[in-house]
Amino acid sequence: MLVRDNQMQFQQEFAATQNSVLVDVKDVTLQYASRTSLVTATWRVSFSVQYGDRFILLGPSGCGKSSLLKAIGGFIRPVEGSITLQGKPITKPGPDRMMVFQEFDQLFPWRTVIENVMFPMTVRSWSKRDCRERAREALEKVGLSSFADAYPHMLSGGMKQRTAIARAMAMEPDVLLMDEPFAALDALTRRRLQDELLRLWDDLRFTMLFVTHGIDEATRIGSRILLLSPHPGQVRAEFSCRSDWDATQRLGLEQRITSMLVEGTEKPQIGVAS
Amino acid sequence: MSSTFENAIRPDLVVDVVAKPSKDFVVKPLAIWERVLDSDGFRRAMILIVLAAVWQAYALFADNDLVFPKLTDVLVALWRSTLSGVLPARTWNSLQTLVTGYALGIGLGVVITTAAITTRLGSDLLATLTAMLNPLPAIALLPLALLWFGLGSGSVLFVLAHSVLWPFALNTHAGYQAVSETLRLAGRNCGLPPLQYVIRVLMPAALPSIIAGLKISWAFGWRTLIAAELVFGASSSGGGVGWFIFEKRNDLKIPDVFAGLLVIVLIGLFMEGVFFRLLERHTVRKWGMVRSV
Repeated sequence: MLVRDNQMQFQQEFAATQNSVLVDVKDVTLQYASRTSLVTATWRVSFSVQYGDRFILLGPSGCGKSSLLKAIGGFIRPVEGSITLQGKPITKPGPDRMMVFQEFDQLFPWRTVIENVMFPMTVRSWSKRDCRERAREALEKVGLSSFADAYPHMLSGGMKQRTAIARAMAMEPDVLLMDEPFAALDALTRRRLQDELLRLWDDLRFTMLFVTHGIDEATRIGSRILLLSPHPGQVRAEFSCRSDWDATQRLGLEQRITSMLVEGTEKPQIGVAS
Repeated sequence: MSSTFENAIRPDLVVDVVAKPSKDFVVKPLAIWERVLDSDGFRRAMILIVLAAVWQAYALFADNDLVFPKLTDVLVALWRSTLSGVLPARTWNSLQTLVTGYALGIGLGVVITTAAITTRLGSDLLATLTAMLNPLPAIALLPLALLWFGLGSGSVLFVLAHSVLWPFALNTHAGYQAVSETLRLAGRNCGLPPLQYVIRVLMPAALPSIIAGLKISWAFGWRTLIAAELVFGASSSGGGVGWFIFEKRNDLKIPDVFAGLLVIVLIGLFMEGVFFRLLERHTVRKWGMVRSV
């Protein structure tokens, strides 16, 4: 009886962590100051990311999705509203929110692949050997063990992005922030990296926030999709998406999203669906 | 599109067995003469030889040892002054002063650019100071420096540091500002404190510009030092190359004057061809930040 109770309690607790909020974004307005004016990127956006979510920020270009991610990263401060991570407000960048960028030049060119992965670890109080071990493990997970001692300029775009993902994941951040990490890759490599990312998530069950403008990428990777309206970004919809869906179910959601994105524009265009 | 404009149907093509070219065709080693021509050292040595030949030919043609001595005479003078130990001692004096003043200027430059990139006040300060002081010729400051620091190496070091500091600071600051936004964000993402961020992210990222600054200010330092020695003669410990040139000119030993100039040129070539080259090869070229050809 006692064992059973314990088990139930454990299950409840497990369910609680499963459903509790990790990142909470409340009424966030983001603005950029240019020389002559203030430009609003997002207006009163609210959403919450739960543990283990593969949370997608999806929207047309200029809807402020990258700005939202940078605000969660602590790089820009909201003019209105609040962003919290595990209940604590975000004030500055930190290694508990590792970010992977779209650009290939996010790796430090003066450090080898493994040194790049180890770089952020210096702020942790891990021993040098521990760091190297962790970096090696992370590189193995992304299949780059044999390139550990190469310099970034010797790598292809896909390998650079893999290194960046390894660097971010090796820090075991509370949340992984990905800003269109595959957008600059060719279609074939992008497809392969998407699959790899899903496999990694299956292994490690980390929480990630993923910004993309590709509807197919959103439904392929996401477990929850936040759809933002065009400039200034506001929440348009939030969908759940399951990885065990078949092609038709996925296509259904994609078409729904597409129609929502298209209805705002002046005249519907052929070929918007991806 | 109307179907009348469509192209005629063409059969599909599938190649089942793709024939591969032989291995030594795919990766073909370069011939020896191609590799020799490819080496910077060889091509630059060729330029030097051509320049030397032109010098010698013109000197033979002009036939006036007082105005334009033959290269061979200059080399003989260089050899004699080297053997007698005068020129090496003078060169050593100059180099000592130069390296001290250079280090002083670079050190100040690092401090001021670090302040400029981390604080807004520092950045305003650097912009204003470089705009004000960079155009001031170091030699014009020498009389003032003599008043302030007396007839010692202090005044020479002062003008040296002045001539080194501003071009270096200008280049380094430009390098910091050109560091890509992504690299900055990636660095800040790690949560490094400001000074660590400058040392571990901005400095290596701006290294190509910093090295350019080092090269330029090295040349500025030489010019200032030689000019100071020419204007103001021997500094505290027996004088340098500039003083050597000045003396020899007074004695109308023109080949020796050229020998002194040649020493400056040779040291310049050494710094560019060996010191900075090695520095670049082990940093920016290895990292792929600068084209390696």
